[in-house]
Amino acid sequence: MRVGLFVTCLVDLMRPSIGFAALRLLEEGGAEVYVPATQTCCGQPPYNSGDRADTQVLARKVVAEFEDCDYLVAPSGSCSGMIRAHYADVFRDDSAWAARAAALSAKTYELTDFLVSVLRVPAVPGRFAGKVTYHDSCSGLREMNVKSQPRALLAKAGVEVVEMAECETCCGFGGTFSVKYGEIATRLADNKCAHIANSGAEAVVLGDLGCMMNIEGRLRRRGDSRTRVLHVAEVLAGELP
Amino acid sequence: MQLASIHFKERAHEKLNDAQLQFNLQKFKGRFVAARRAAIVELDDFEGTREAARAIRQRGLDHLDTYLTLFEENATARGATVLYARTPDEVNALVLEIAKRHAVRKIIKSKSMVSEESALDHAIEAAGMQVVETDLGEYILQINDYEPPSHIIGPALHKSKEEVSALFEKTHGTPRKDVIEDLCLEARHVLREHYLTADMGISGGNFFVAETGSVVLVTNEGNATLTTTLPKVHVAISGIEKVVPTLEDVATLMRLLPRSATGQSISNYVDVLTGVKGPGEHHGVEHMYFIVVDSGRSEVLASDVREALQCIRCGACMNHCPVYQNIGGHSYGWVYPGPIGSVLTPMYVGLENAPDLPQASTLCNQCGVVCPVKIPLPDLLRKLREKEFERGMRPWSETTGLRLWTWMARRPKLYGWLCRLGVRMLRGLAARDGMIHRLPFGGGWTRGRDMPAPAGRTFRELYAARTARDATSEGSRNERTA
Repeated sequence: MRVGLFVTCLVDLMRPSIGFAALRLLEEGGAEVYVPATQTCCGQPPYNSGDRADTQVLARKVVAEFEDCDYLVAPSGSCSGMIRAHYADVFRDDSAWAARAAALSAKTYELTDFLVSVLRVPAVPGRFAGKVTYHDSCSGLREMNVKSQPRALLAKAGVEVVEMAECETCCGFGGTFSVKYGEIATRLADNKCAHIANSGAEAVVLGDLGCMMNIEGRLRRRGDSRTRVLHVAEVLAGELP
Repeated sequence: MQLASIHFKERAHEKLNDAQLQFNLQKFKGRFVAARRAAIVELDDFEGTREAARAIRQRGLDHLDTYLTLFEENATARGATVLYARTPDEVNALVLEIAKRHAVRKIIKSKSMVSEESALDHAIEAAGMQVVETDLGEYILQINDYEPPSHIIGPALHKSKEEVSALFEKTHGTPRKDVIEDLCLEARHVLREHYLTADMGISGGNFFVAETGSVVLVTNEGNATLTTTLPKVHVAISGIEKVVPTLEDVATLMRLLPRSATGQSISNYVDVLTGVKGPGEHHGVEHMYFIVVDSGRSEVLASDVREALQCIRCGACMNHCPVYQNIGGHSYGWVYPGPIGSVLTPMYVGLENAPDLPQASTLCNQCGVVCPVKIPLPDLLRKLREKEFERGMRPWSETTGLRLWTWMARRPKLYGWLCRLGVRMLRGLAARDGMIHRLPFGGGWTRGRDMPAPAGRTFRELYAARTARDATSEGSRNERTA
């Protein structure tokens, strides 16, 4: 089984440990992992900004890089959601590419979903003794149906998950929204920080780096230097930064 | 209603810093959400019902001309008059004409958001007649110098009980009341007099039923029933898109509307009003008019955001929207706030007058999953963003940034080098706590949040190094074996 790992541009730039954690989880789960060296961006920034021409350029690149794999897996609900749920729309006026994109969309997975639904991993390498709370990122939850998978895997790592209030509510990241409407984004992040604090967890775990940066950025600005913000792959692989 | 959507950012800033409003919003926030959650489980097949409702609304829109004609025929056969308004101004003109014909001096109104589009109350007053809003929320706003509504089903949701108490005391000249029931009784007492002395009643219309020529009104206070039956003239105003084929269809939609709106299994009142009082009949008005309003709707119908017209005005999208929950309805600057308003407002008043609305969403899709008629709201917002981009309405910095990003991202080698350079520079900006506290050109982020600094090496360079290392050790192992 040849699995293409789509690292995502944010992980590549900001927190490579997530990429290596994903790599380890996939390999230990029995997959032969292929990491295309030319990969960059899935096209979501131009797509959500209404820039269709540039979106198509980047989406074609992703399709060409990954279509030979049996699966495409990304440690992000947002980027995998872009490929699975939106490439059809990106190529709505280009039937040749639409067909190739549809084939790729059908085999695109978010990491935890892939580990549970396809690889059916019996165990994970990481151990984490401590109480965490889980933030359900919007795209993962509402585009990729990621809800029980990370919790099931965290249980295998011995993690106690305490649910916070409004765990399914957006943290306010929203890509370029977080900069264009920084004040609103900050307020939404504030609400999230309060729920995290009230949960009594020592770490918040989630599956999307964009949301992680938004939440961690607000936590630290509020003066909380203690609560850790961890990617689910890092916890499961036992590769904490 | 005065259009102020162009000031979205300033307004949102103001509302985020309005302590009283924030308190009111927080109080209301979870209530509708929890009520809806509890109510939808009463249905055996909620998702199936949503799909059926979507299909009903789409069928109505696909054959809008046919159903509107059928509606007109059936309504006319029952003695009502069906009039069409192309623009908001025509709505007001038609109402004034009807009022003149029947020598009307006082008009009572139950809630109609469509009439807010044309500021009908102001037109009526300018023509020298009295108009009294009878929906409690609308009444509160009217006596507060026509404050704009902030929510489509709870227009005064942004106000606290204390604010209403003070307003009643001032307007009615009665002793201050602090119990909600007492406030309601006082409003009821004041309004009762108007019901009995009005010459004409104006209502909105949740649905126009094609097969019967009826208007359906979904309310909780009973004011719509009084407004539409006590005066001798009833005028129902609603959009062209509100026509549904059959009463059976209304029944399906009614399984979802109150549940999605307030979390009620059914609203306190559902009025189905058909025709005028016939010979020998005791109930009904003498004169019944329908004003069927276009005001930009046929353009939406012909556009790629036409699904927005499926809307049945439950308000679930705004109740569940994290942005609406925190900035409130007034920030959006027109009649319809929240996600559905962010699609409809630019379509009705012009994208150039509301450029922020399609952008001011995280596209979290909470609205899309709660919409009872399955309007793909984030997709529609994105389509409006495409129009803004195509028309060159976005700031230079944004479009150039995107172009530059794509230009780089399609050149993996160059991209790799620039990223290596970029993450090292960003790393250099980190304070001792590993956070960047101030980002040049990134104030939008760092004004309210720190930016976690990058690790300093990209995944791609680390992975390449690791692959090379593995290859070398593999190579030396092979040599040893040989």
